[in-house]
Amino acid sequence: MKHIVKIMTLLVALSALWISLLQTSIIPESYTWLLPLYFIISLGCYGLLMVGVGLMRFPTCPHEAILLQQDIVEAKGFLKGKGVDIGSD
Amino acid sequence: MDETMKKNKYSIIVPTYNERLNIALIIYLIFKHLKNVDFEIIVVDDGSPDGTQDIVKQLQQVYGEDRVLLRPRPKKLGLGTAYIHGLKHASGNFVVIMDADLSHHPKYLPSFIKKQIETGASIVTGTRYVKGGGVHGWNLMRKLTSRGANVLAQTLLWPGVSDLTGSFRLYKKSVLEDVISSCVSKGYVFQMEMIVRASRKGYHIEEVPITFVDRVYGSSKLGGSEIVEYLKGLVYLLVTT
Ligand SMILES: Nc1nc2c(ncn2[C@@H]2O[C@H](COP(=O)(O)OP(=O)(O)OP(=O)(O)O)[C@@H](O)[C@H]2O)c(=O)[nH]1
Ligand SMILES: [Mg+2]
Repeated sequence: MKHIVKIMTLLVALSALWISLLQTSIIPESYTWLLPLYFIISLGCYGLLMVGVGLMRFPTCPHEAILLQQDIVEAKGFLKGKGVDIGSD
Repeated sequence: MDETMKKNKYSIIVPTYNERLNIALIIYLIFKHLKNVDFEIIVVDDGSPDGTQDIVKQLQQVYGEDRVLLRPRPKKLGLGTAYIHGLKHASGNFVVIMDADLSHHPKYLPSFIKKQIETGASIVTGTRYVKGGGVHGWNLMRKLTSRGANVLAQTLLWPGVSDLTGSFRLYKKSVLEDVISSCVSKGYVFQMEMIVRASRKGYHIEEVPITFVDRVYGSSKLGGSEIVEYLKGLVYLLVTT
């Protein structure tokens, strides 16, 4: 099953649930009408929150940059010794 | 573990375009970090004008033509087909794909190999977004787009891996052949398509943490309207996988 079909099925199921809520009026109808809006807003909030948290916790590794510089120096030394023409920059 | 490792051969495919200095450094580092492993390095160079191929030939003199293979193509034909080209010449039963620009450090190769042996996974993919992983050298904007892209893809595609656009990966050769033949995207989306298709096909995928230091030498070859391409790719994957 294509992935978009899965997502569509989920959306259809949700709408079915919503329509049945509208008809049975377990909760007041005025609330039920707003449910899709709440759904979209919470989805948006979830997205923003995830991006925000991801940004705050973004894993960085400044130490790795230093280690890499050391590796580069070491590699250049070895390669020069072997006569590989790596330039002088 | 050592026994199984002895029977395995790893073909490391490194696509290059104008990576004269980087390719020399990375080949040295690969040999440094893979001491008791049977491997070959396949450099797929797309006619780089900076003399990348000359350097590779010199490195063949140092390390041997059976360990460092140069499989060039006449002109710049793109990354996806570079992997396919390299794969044709691979003699190992496992294939590693990595960038030449030192963003993918060869010191992680042993942990890819170890993870594969421990779990029997078909694919081991490097991830920057777990404990022990990380990125260095990105500005806020780059981090923001990366996080945004990741959240979007995770919510819409449910791919089952934490880092979709990373391209430092170890594959069983047969699995790579199977997956790559059904991939058509380019650039970043290509990496994403590979892992999403593999995941949909039910292949066992494992992750290992890697750190990613933005390139020191040379210039980026991807560019332009990356975000638009990414979104198009996302839609494409939604309807085709
Ligand atoms: N053979 C071949 N290699 C390529 C081509 N385009 C890029 N590459 C190589 O693919 C690897 C990844 O390319 P990069 O330019 O580093 O792309 P990136 O990592 O997304 O961008 P950066 O932020 O600059 O690191 C490098 O080793 C490049 O040399 C191509 O058309 N052909
Ligand atoms: Mg790079």
